[in-house]
Amino acid sequence: MSLLRHVPSPAQQRRAEHRRRQGVRSVLVAACSTAALGTLLVLAVTGAPGWDRVRESFLDPAIARDALPAVLTGLWLNVRLLVCCAAGALLLGLVIALLRTLRGPAFFPIRALAAGYTYTFRGLPLIIVLYVLTLGVPGLRLQGMPPVLVLGGLALVLTYGGYLAEVFRAGIESIHPSQLAAARSLGLTYRQTMRHVVLPQAVRRVAPPLLNDVVALQKDVGLVSLAGPIDAVRAAQIATAETFNYTPYILAGALFVLLAIPLIAVTDWVTLRSARRQSGG
Amino acid sequence: MALLTCRGLRKEFGDHVVLDHLDLTVEEHQVVALIGASGSGKSTLLRCVNLLEELDDGVIELDGEEISDPRVDPDRVRRRIGMVFQSYNLFPHLTVLENVTLAPRRVHRRARAEAEAQARELLDRVGLAGKATAYPDRLSGGQQQRVAIVRALANQPRLMLLDEVTSALDPELVGEVLSMIRDLKTDGMTMVLATHEMGFAREVADQVCFLDGGRVVEAGPPEQVLGEPTQPRTRQFLRRIIEAGRL
Ligand SMILES: Nc1ncnc2c1ncn2[C@@H]1O[C@H](COP(=O)(O)OP(=O)(O)OP(=O)(O)O)[C@@H](O)[C@H]1O
Ligand SMILES: [Mg+2]
Repeated sequence: MSLLRHVPSPAQQRRAEHRRRQGVRSVLVAACSTAALGTLLVLAVTGAPGWDRVRESFLDPAIARDALPAVLTGLWLNVRLLVCCAAGALLLGLVIALLRTLRGPAFFPIRALAAGYTYTFRGLPLIIVLYVLTLGVPGLRLQGMPPVLVLGGLALVLTYGGYLAEVFRAGIESIHPSQLAAARSLGLTYRQTMRHVVLPQAVRRVAPPLLNDVVALQKDVGLVSLAGPIDAVRAAQIATAETFNYTPYILAGALFVLLAIPLIAVTDWVTLRSARRQSGG
Repeated sequence: MALLTCRGLRKEFGDHVVLDHLDLTVEEHQVVALIGASGSGKSTLLRCVNLLEELDDGVIELDGEEISDPRVDPDRVRRRIGMVFQSYNLFPHLTVLENVTLAPRRVHRRARAEAEAQARELLDRVGLAGKATAYPDRLSGGQQQRVAIVRALANQPRLMLLDEVTSALDPELVGEVLSMIRDLKTDGMTMVLATHEMGFAREVADQVCFLDGGRVVEAGPPEQVLGEPTQPRTRQFLRRIIEAGRL
């Protein structure tokens, strides 16, 4: 087979050589400019008159070490809440979006309720929902009242369910009517058409914005600590109050970013993939 | 008894009357070609027969059953009718094999293995066996349209409705789809096809119907309707087609 291998022409060899040199050059330029900018930034920050005081009160390694266990315990609560609330909100959003697509007069009240829900909870600030559910509802002193943590999670699910429902609905409506016609012409029922033709395509199309909302949710789950449970930020706040030093906040912030990186990476990957698929690649 | 009978069909979109007292009869094993200017209602007629559009008047009977009766379950009717669209409308998230087996499995509740065996046999017959696991966006237009026809056939329909199935294709791909329709005719499939391919209509159709003003203005054997039309409007239409070099 080596006889058949394509031998690049001199012109192509020159082009390849040029591209290689260009590549080396751009890596060098990028490295130099990054180093220059980094040095400049470090000099500007550390050279500032108040730098030593800031470093003491925000970046104290000993305090960070002391606060770490409490902040990590809090973060574990964030993670558990995030997983449960994201699953709950995705499910609720999907159901609401599907209810809003139902046609026919018999479904009018269901459609109206679903629409009313998305209007209300997208308009309502999360903090208010949280306070009503975690402080107001237990005040009813009903039998079998779930713990505050569950009520707080419910507030998150209700609020984010409203956003996610709209994302799902946009996805469902973006599927061309000809796809529905094709499915119905095969004898599939409305439900089968939704299940096998519309939803799989719609979910793929809106996966990036859905995941984006999950990233936003990750930052909002901490708000349940307003009602008592101690999440990472609240743990940092407590540690700060004890030491009069803000390092625990920086620690919590860094942990949040670390936690978000995989999620954001997945989001970017899914976005890239769906962009490729849509361009017919 | 005719397989399909349409009597007095009327369909309006707002003020625009697209079908106006249209009559059409299709015998079993017959191939009927619908011709007519763009906007004359060919697609609308096919969509009405498949109950994808609601009628404003008239009666449609399939196998002696009035399918335009609102008490009839449209899903049950559509299982007996295969429809192929100008723009293929394959499901892009499913492979060729999954496209073809979707209805047999979900509608007819066939076992997966059985549905796949049948689908592979059908694909093999049209030379697409090698594409079973490909996604539609990897196929040429002609291949996609042939898969769409196979998908409709997998339901074992009594009647096939083909809506300008070659209009979106590059000229060199038209032939492979037309030859598939020719084979269907040989197998005795009853078909109604809307088409701009006059040559093909002449060759394959038992009856050609010229639609204009929402009615079948002229119907008959292709030699007569395309060769010696009696209606002035048919003549006018054909003259324009000839001038455009399509006959
Ligand atoms: N959903 C709709 N709403 C409003 N008007 C419509 C709709 N569908 C079709 N029409 C109109 O009905 C008329 C007939 O359309 P139809 O698609 O049946 O024509 P056709 O004979 O298939 O034309 P072509 O050869 O271009 O495919 C056109 O004027 C079209 O604009
Ligand atoms: Mg048409």
